[in-house]
Amino acid sequence: MTGDRQPDERELDGRAELLMIKLDEQAEASGYHFNPDREMTFLLVRGLVTNTVRYGYPGCPCRLMSGKKIEDLDLICPCDYRDDDIVQFGTCFCNLYVSKAVKEGRAESHSIPERRLPTFEERKAEMKKRRDDPEGAGMKVWRCKVCGYICCRQSPPDECPICFAEKARFERIKAMEPQSAPKASPAPDPTPRR
Amino acid sequence: MAHKVEFYGLSTCGWCQKTKKWLDEQGVPYDLLYVDRCTEDEREAAKARMKQFAERPAFPLIIVDDGAKVIQGYRPEEFEEVLKK
Repeated sequence: MTGDRQPDERELDGRAELLMIKLDEQAEASGYHFNPDREMTFLLVRGLVTNTVRYGYPGCPCRLMSGKKIEDLDLICPCDYRDDDIVQFGTCFCNLYVSKAVKEGRAESHSIPERRLPTFEERKAEMKKRRDDPEGAGMKVWRCKVCGYICCRQSPPDECPICFAEKARFERIKAMEPQSAPKASPAPDPTPRR
Repeated sequence: MAHKVEFYGLSTCGWCQKTKKWLDEQGVPYDLLYVDRCTEDEREAAKARMKQFAERPAFPLIIVDDGAKVIQGYRPEEFEEVLKK
């Protein structure tokens, strides 16, 4: 017996309410936006709480966890796919985070296709590709011209998470090559110079 | 016409809840399996079944009439077109 008590439904609801306030504040403070549909948002945050109890980490409520953290790291909310999905579709996969346009009612969000590769092996190969050849994998380096914030992703964020400058204020910069080892200096010429 | 509707969902997923609500409101009968609440064997069987019909299986997944039509995601317009006929 471990003595661990499973929280009841009411307790999970209470945890979800508190977590929802915290995540909403964090999102707004860093250039992200919660879905304005509060019923949907609560359901999803409740899902995060449930997954934390089940697995020990807040996996995406709309994806099936393997139960092995190492294989699910990319799905721990906010998932690795959030930024690209928000840029392309105006919402993350589960619909917890949305673009500013959706938040302000200027656009709608819908169910979106799954971007995540199906197997762990495929995802590992994709990660390796990104590490070895970020440009080839579509990753670019962006710099906020207002505050200097730098990020590496397919396209710049809608707004800078640090200073909230708009997307148009980002510039693309060339990724720096890793510094190569200093070349060995040629051996000194033993012949005395005249 | 009544269709055979297999509905694979997650109990924590918002789009699955919306899909369930739509089906209930429209009076469409369905067999729902919450894959996150399954036993290990049921879960593997469900994953294999989903994989048969979707390259990148995701929730909710609706398999109509043994694969005559497959709808992934909450798509009320497609539900209307396929399930109300």
